[in-house]
Amino acid sequence: MRKLALTMLLLLTLTGVARAGGMEDDPLLAALIVDRLEMRTADGSNPIFWDADAWIGKDLNKLWFKTEGEYRDQKIEEAEFQALYSRAVDPNWDLQAGVRRDTYQEPGMPDRNWLAVGFMGTAPYYFDVDTALFLGEDGRTSFRFKTEYEFMFTQRLVLVPEFELNAYGKNDPATRTGSGISETELGLRLRYEIRREFAPYVGINWNRLYGKTADYAKEEGADFDDVQFVIGVRLRF
Amino acid sequence: MKNPLYFPSSQLISRRRFVTGLAAGGALLGLGLSPARLLATTGSTTPMPERRGNHFTLDIAPLTVNFTGAMRTATAIGGSVPGPVLRWREGDTVTLDVTNRLAVDSSIHWHGIILPTGMDGVPEISYPGIRPGETFRYRFTVRQSGTFWYHSHSGFQEQTGMYGPIVIEPRDQEPNPCDRDYVVMLSDWTDEEPDSVYAKLKKLSHYYNFNERTVGDLIGEIREKGLARTWNDRAMWNRMRMSDRDLSDVTGYTYTYLMNGRTPSEGWTGLFKPGEKVRLRFINGSAMTFFDVRIPGLKMTVVAADGQDIQPVAVDEFRIGVAETYDVVVEPDDGAYCVFAQAIDRSGYAHGTLTPDISLKAEVPPFDPLPLLSHKDMGMRMNMGDMDGSMSMGDAGSMSMNTMDSGNGAMNAKTKRESAMPGMQPMEGADMNNTVMGAPAKGTMASMPSEGMSGLGKAGYGSNAPVVHVPTEFGPHVAMRTENPQYRLDDPGAGLRNNGRRVLCYADLRNLHPTPDPREPEREIQLHLTGNMSRYMWSINGVKYADAEPLRFRYGERLRITFVNDTMMNHPMHLHGMWSDLETGDPKAIPRKHTVIVQPGSKISYLVTADAMGSWAYHCHLLYHMAGMFRKVVVSEEGK
Repeated sequence: MRKLALTMLLLLTLTGVARAGGMEDDPLLAALIVDRLEMRTADGSNPIFWDADAWIGKDLNKLWFKTEGEYRDQKIEEAEFQALYSRAVDPNWDLQAGVRRDTYQEPGMPDRNWLAVGFMGTAPYYFDVDTALFLGEDGRTSFRFKTEYEFMFTQRLVLVPEFELNAYGKNDPATRTGSGISETELGLRLRYEIRREFAPYVGINWNRLYGKTADYAKEEGADFDDVQFVIGVRLRF
Repeated sequence: MKNPLYFPSSQLISRRRFVTGLAAGGALLGLGLSPARLLATTGSTTPMPERRGNHFTLDIAPLTVNFTGAMRTATAIGGSVPGPVLRWREGDTVTLDVTNRLAVDSSIHWHGIILPTGMDGVPEISYPGIRPGETFRYRFTVRQSGTFWYHSHSGFQEQTGMYGPIVIEPRDQEPNPCDRDYVVMLSDWTDEEPDSVYAKLKKLSHYYNFNERTVGDLIGEIREKGLARTWNDRAMWNRMRMSDRDLSDVTGYTYTYLMNGRTPSEGWTGLFKPGEKVRLRFINGSAMTFFDVRIPGLKMTVVAADGQDIQPVAVDEFRIGVAETYDVVVEPDDGAYCVFAQAIDRSGYAHGTLTPDISLKAEVPPFDPLPLLSHKDMGMRMNMGDMDGSMSMGDAGSMSMNTMDSGNGAMNAKTKRESAMPGMQPMEGADMNNTVMGAPAKGTMASMPSEGMSGLGKAGYGSNAPVVHVPTEFGPHVAMRTENPQYRLDDPGAGLRNNGRRVLCYADLRNLHPTPDPREPEREIQLHLTGNMSRYMWSINGVKYADAEPLRFRYGERLRITFVNDTMMNHPMHLHGMWSDLETGDPKAIPRKHTVIVQPGSKISYLVTADAMGSWAYHCHLLYHMAGMFRKVVVSEEGK
């Protein structure tokens, strides 16, 4: 994976150097977007969740990194990392392909590796969409769909409804994941953009597990239908 | 001064933007009030530095400046920002020794000056540029008169202060003698590094836009028009993922707008004696900002555009695109007048005072409403349900719809232009397609063959050619292609339509002297201005400069360039080395420009006499569009 990333980076930097009067039209840039860094209310502990992207690249071709996860009780309970090659295929859409790795700190929970292919972009009516299909070992498959919309109350006060759906092709008892729709998440976050780079928010998050995934949770005595208040910050550089 | 919208109180104080020239307390009091209340407390009549003669030495060097309350390093020509006014005389041979005292390469381009290619000052096209520590000698004969300017053509140096005015005295008698003569140079200053501005735009194209639609705007619209019509009006924008508020890429959020280098809190001051005729030479030396200029209480008689004398036209207001110049004559009575230049997106303004008495100040007027782009600015066919009614009525009924502020003037213009082009027959689609498909794969131009094409429009009236989107215009780098671009010479542009004032538009421009080259064009080149705002990519015909073949002109030929704007932004297109003879409907008095605004979703045509051998730059003068929206033009005996 590291080798792939390096090769991609090399390819990106070697392309096009023609300039107009010393101007670089398409410079190599890097960005970091911490979409969510938040504390959620939960009984006992207040876990911290993150969801962040970073990219490096040029106008049409980028290396894209995504991570999300949960930190609870002084340890990273679960985390997901993706490294993707991202290519613009439409004015509003990027095709992204690469790898994903899920890790768990729980004893007995194995890591899971996936190949990922998906689309990220803006759908008509300004819905931001990030959706992907994942192919794992032993014939495991997974699908994810994420979308969000921005209601601007003012130029800086923005209400963001978000929806995420995860589905799996078959049961994976080791990671407590059941087949079919496993989980949906519906969020509503109200952020204030003090600067583009720094926007604190508050919100509410409704997480729900379904089918076998819900059963696994019940066996462990965990919530399968959970409404949490969140407080966090969005950062972008 | 800033629009309060752009400055919530926390930022206002912490960034200390108002502090220069204003007591801090005054700035706090001014918060949230209309700019009319933010009166300048100081003003001085220190004139612009000026150099005269035919031999000049100019240094390009770092200069510490403070426009915002923070010290910054500008790059300055001749020791000031803006650089000194260079006063030349038509017919003289001028010598300019320019020394680069920066750590990086630099250059000076003499904007709008007709000269040999080696003197034009564009690195990699006319010469290698000026290396650190080196001196380059520019030497050429001045073959024109009027108001022009100069600026760096290297990297983003222009944004950091490298620009200044040129005034050339005519050999013959001045057609509009005046008692006083002032340069009014407008520009935009940012404390940020331009590279950082560009990177921010690439990462988040609306980074600087704080004029976006809100839920409140939507509710207001529904109240006014009802749900169904609002839905219809919004639907197209939303489907296309375009914004009708996308007026400026870089705004007053980071810019401090300057008039002759004066911040809004200082203001520039020009003195006059009552009864005098005053000539104001407006130059837009901004990197990215279009200004709407007016002097409340005064009619302005526009006597020159881009340095060239035109038949005088009296107006209340004009829009000046980046790199354009307009000379106006005013005859103020006793009293002070505000020279008000508001940014097109109303995020700030520059201003000055014309006054008979240094202690007498004029009120700064409030901002005009935020311009909204209409379907017309998208180059759409005007067949939206609610448009039909208002169009057929052609009355003020349609004017109440703020998103569809299509001017009657513009509609009339369309009709007028069509009738002004008799014998226009649509060309055979099949022929055209073949021509386009036969074009080079790089697709630098959709060139109209000059033979066997009876439909080439008459000189002065514009093109008859169908609008063709070449294959290179399709892909992730181009977000939009106009469906039905129109000539909009009678349209002063979004925000100025039907505002109750007499606003200058291109249709008003008629050369004072007979058209110097009355030939019919031999051929036509159609160029599409293309881009993807959200990816912040800009190109011509979908091909960015780095991938483009040069445009080739044959020495001596008369040709037509027709621009089609496939974006939602104004692009000021600047051809180096040759005049752009703008076709405004009168073949006998075609005005000559060096920079032509192509309005969003519109088309516009001009004629070019390829009388300058060599290589030339041809580009959008918005600094952050330029690297992509750029072509090299090669004029040679072989041509094409």
